[in-house]
Amino acid sequence: MNRTTDTIIAPRRLRLGPDDKPVIFAAGFVLLILLVGTGYTVYTQGNAPLLQPQYLLQQLQVGSFLGIVSAGLMVVILLGHIDLSVPWTLTAAAMMATAVGGPWAIPAGIGVGLLVGIVNGLGVAYLRVPSMIFTLGMNAVMRGLMVAHTGGFAPATAATDLMQYLAVSRIGGVIPVALLVWLAVSIVAVAILTRTTLGRAIYAIGNRERAAYLSGIDTNRVILIAFALSGAAAGLAGVLLAGYSTKAYQGMGDAYLLPAIAAVVIGGTNILGGRGRYLGTLVGVILIVLLNSVLSIMQMPEAGRQIIYGCVIISMLLVYGRGGRVTG
Amino acid sequence: MSDTVLTPTAAEPQLKTRRWGEGLGLRWRQHAGILGALALFLGLYLFYQLNHPRGFTGQILIQNANEVFALALVSMAQTVPVLMAGLDLSVGAVMTLVGCVASHLVDGSPAEIALGIVVCIASGAACGFVNGCVVVYGRIQPIIATLATSAIYMGLALILRPTPGGKVQEDLSWAVTSDLREFAATFGLFDDGEAAWLQPFAWIPVPLVLLALIIILIWVPFTRTVTGRTVYAIGSSESAAYMSGLPINRAKLAAFTLAGLFAGLGGLFLALQTSSGNADIPQAGAYTLNSIAAVVIGGTSLLGGTGSAIGSMIGAMVLRTISFNFRIFDVAPLLQPLFEGIVLLAAVSLGGLKLLRLKNKLEVFR
Amino acid sequence: MPAPASFFALENISKRYGGVHALRDVDFACNRGSIHAVLGENGAGKSTLMKIMTGVVQPDEGRMTLEGAPVTFPNPAAANRAGIVCIFQELSLMPELTVADNITLSRPPRRFGFIDGRAQRLRSEELLARIGCEDINPLSRVSDLPLSRRQMVEIAKALGRDPKLLILDEATSALTSADVDRVYRMLFELKARDLSILYISHRMHEIEALADRCSVFRNGRHIETFAKGSRSNDEIVGLMIGREIEGQFPPKLRRTRPAPLITIRDLSWEDRLNGVGLEAGRGEIVGLGGLDGQGQKELLLALFGVLRGVRGTVTLEGEPTAATSPKAAKSGQARMALVPEDRKSEGLILSMSIADNISMASLDRLSHGMFIDAGRTRRAVERAIEQLRIKTGNSGDPVSTLSGGNQQKVVIAKWLATNPDIILLNDPTRGIDVGTKQEIYRLMRELAEQGACILFYSTDYEELIGCCDRVAVMYDGRVVRELEGEAITERNLIASALNIVEQREPAHV
Repeated sequence: MNRTTDTIIAPRRLRLGPDDKPVIFAAGFVLLILLVGTGYTVYTQGNAPLLQPQYLLQQLQVGSFLGIVSAGLMVVILLGHIDLSVPWTLTAAAMMATAVGGPWAIPAGIGVGLLVGIVNGLGVAYLRVPSMIFTLGMNAVMRGLMVAHTGGFAPATAATDLMQYLAVSRIGGVIPVALLVWLAVSIVAVAILTRTTLGRAIYAIGNRERAAYLSGIDTNRVILIAFALSGAAAGLAGVLLAGYSTKAYQGMGDAYLLPAIAAVVIGGTNILGGRGRYLGTLVGVILIVLLNSVLSIMQMPEAGRQIIYGCVIISMLLVYGRGGRVTG
Repeated sequence: MSDTVLTPTAAEPQLKTRRWGEGLGLRWRQHAGILGALALFLGLYLFYQLNHPRGFTGQILIQNANEVFALALVSMAQTVPVLMAGLDLSVGAVMTLVGCVASHLVDGSPAEIALGIVVCIASGAACGFVNGCVVVYGRIQPIIATLATSAIYMGLALILRPTPGGKVQEDLSWAVTSDLREFAATFGLFDDGEAAWLQPFAWIPVPLVLLALIIILIWVPFTRTVTGRTVYAIGSSESAAYMSGLPINRAKLAAFTLAGLFAGLGGLFLALQTSSGNADIPQAGAYTLNSIAAVVIGGTSLLGGTGSAIGSMIGAMVLRTISFNFRIFDVAPLLQPLFEGIVLLAAVSLGGLKLLRLKNKLEVFR
Repeated sequence: MPAPASFFALENISKRYGGVHALRDVDFACNRGSIHAVLGENGAGKSTLMKIMTGVVQPDEGRMTLEGAPVTFPNPAAANRAGIVCIFQELSLMPELTVADNITLSRPPRRFGFIDGRAQRLRSEELLARIGCEDINPLSRVSDLPLSRRQMVEIAKALGRDPKLLILDEATSALTSADVDRVYRMLFELKARDLSILYISHRMHEIEALADRCSVFRNGRHIETFAKGSRSNDEIVGLMIGREIEGQFPPKLRRTRPAPLITIRDLSWEDRLNGVGLEAGRGEIVGLGGLDGQGQKELLLALFGVLRGVRGTVTLEGEPTAATSPKAAKSGQARMALVPEDRKSEGLILSMSIADNISMASLDRLSHGMFIDAGRTRRAVERAIEQLRIKTGNSGDPVSTLSGGNQQKVVIAKWLATNPDIILLNDPTRGIDVGTKQEIYRLMRELAEQGACILFYSTDYEELIGCCDRVAVMYDGRVVRELEGEAITERNLIASALNIVEQREPAHV
């Protein structure tokens, strides 16, 4: 390992430190899920769909929406805040994108997300309303706006071809475009978090905002930008999801908030902010997606799904997410 | 030995009175949050009553009280972990689970019903205790631990009630969702509720009486114990609480157990009110999120250390009163979520305006 | 040492944190009816010793005996029950609870099993009266009290636990001198009642005034215990740092007063600053003196753009400026830097790495656009670590692994990396060991020589006398007197701090 060039800046990223443990364990758990799922299908159906690249790519294509939401959410969680407005930001973006249509559909969708994020940021940073409450309120407002806009029915407008291309198509019939979009978002997220002053400021604020402020960091602006990023990510996910299902519909974002939080936390990001790596979030998303698909294959009823979900989160965190003992 | 005999204070009477006045002022200021919420509630409720097409009737009061009860208890449940600077995302799920338990057990002979109620309350407390164990012994952040356990509790609720249904004993259901006279009449107490001394109170809805009893018999005593005090201390500064030798683990376990107990009582009532159990995931989520809003409106800081379950109860009443108002003003149901959201944002943003009065910007970061 | 009536004794105690020995094979004993001072640089093991005695951490080896019987303390509560009570340097109060709640926290008066609010208030009043703090209302929230009052509440809280062994860990560092007198009286009274008292302080004159016996620690070892007066101050300092020290303060260069770089006129804020006027030029170290809480901290914060609603003018190099945020202050035409009061919550981000902390304030100089230049940052960090001689194994370790003195050096390094013109220091040597203090003094002088202008607030008169070219003494939010050169004497400092010069009679104390 190359320890001389980067020792000072990022030694924890190079040696096996506390931040690597979650990634490794989560990756191990992903393998375990694959193994158990394959064992199940071999036993009951005599084949192993989980190990077919085609099937995995299909799952990851569906998972890329969750992955994009999680990337944005992680930035906010690193600050020590949370964005509960994800479900209806996503839905609003999808509805606006399909409503606008044409070449401006995608900018409109992302723009809606960005706008919601900026409002969230203004409330949290400048009015100092707890993010938990402000984003909850914004979620209700967006829901109200969308319900009023559509009259409570699924909008009749359809996703544009470009949206459908991004969400459904496969390059060479193999690589889903959605996966590439997720990859691009991931690269941007990694670059922001590890290579920019913004990223450094996000970690600093998540650890101790007072000290960050006294170091001359414009903490309010950083919070605003982080929420805007989260909103934009939710907006992008909404646009893609609308493309995937060819239209927008009520409540399409409901299934994304809690899994996204779970993915970020399973990936080792501290829910109180200040610590966590993007790679962990990536593995966390894959874990959640595969868990879901294995449970679908098993035709697990909703009750069992919920229980397994909860047990997985707790057991993962018991392995590596435990806080320190308080000793003053 | 070091018996520390204290010299009595030679405080003059004037000093005493000044102190007393000062103390009153201090208390007043320290409870500004609750008082603000109370004023907001009274204003909103008065507005609602004045504009109600049928005027003020006991029937409306009973209906309102029934609608408030479950959210009030879930909000009180949420308060306890919030005081420790944690969040309990499982309160809605515990409420739902206990409601499903009640829809199976609260029926039959009086003894069976009594046992059923005890089992319901105990299962609520047990859920809370499990949360506490995961937080204390698993050392997992409360918000995440309860996110996970809430999935488990919802799963259990779904096993108990895959589809809405079940039954609770009708007399009991009727008795606890009407006024005191009916309550007495149903169980043949106090001359079937016609006893003269009861008449001045006969109009009071039973849910409000139950709320008052829960606060007086459970919440107030809890805050006066060392365990309850420790809950506040943990929220204020956990390391200082540890240094002071306070029973931190016991307090955390107790706090989550109490939260489970409150949420369970809410679920029990909801089952009695609807005469059924329903493992409704969106509804559980809505209750959890509304409970957080109610806690904040009730003047409890999400950072822990200050606040009270009484404030959260009032916060829940504020939230419910807002939707009562929508009802009589015929706001299109489609627009209600929009207005609810705007009212919530406006209420919490008003608090943000006090930042403008902060002269030292560092105080923002507390 | 013969210890006939050893009250609490530790034998062969060792404690390791990771690979670092915090304590090595320590024997230590304290007696009833005596005040025992514990001395040592930061990182010498004093804090660990206290933590072991109070059950906060457990020793790896060794045993403890209390009145001859072996004891172990698995947690602070157990030590409290045994009568061992510590007043920690980091306040152990709950800011959101009331004074009365805090004072009676672990053992409140109870009636029918429930806390008796009235009895609790009365008891708090009694305890506060005992240390002369009748002015503190037991119903106030601790967060509404100033630091010096909180410290007194902390002391009252400790007294309320009927200690047999009372440990004070830098407990007077935040107190006003009047309160220090009251605490001294209280300690003597407790000593007369046969309590055992351990006193940790970096202030030599406090130890002279109080202690009967002194123990010196160095590098986790108990070096020596001796009766007060059997060693000179120089010898004690020599024991603490393990080498003789020559000249605590670097020499001042005599020269004419430079042209002002910063001119402050009529600066007012709330009721804490009432028209401050001050000038300081490049190459000068200007001290801010006076009693604690006379507006010195607020002045520094106001200059750094932290306070809102500041009136008056600040002129930098002839240009009127008004920084509205630390960001503006550090990047204005004359760059400012502030070493804040509390390094753990304001100066540093403890869980982030040393390198991240050092580069925190100067990231914009180390970046291309929004991207951080890793190479340049690394070189800057290495340079800073070398320049300030920060003792660290790996700059990627969290800054919390450093000793207090080295942590403070990181704070200073962070600001030196911005190449500041005006350096505001808020009590930078509080709770820091002698060796690091000297390094900081030398560094201040070097920076001044290189053209920086330093405003230096300190509660320690010796520091002001030794370091400053000029001292502006503040009283009630104003500069009441400026002392220059030979006129900076302890006598003059105290007299002006009490504002005796202007008002005929002393204001209070």
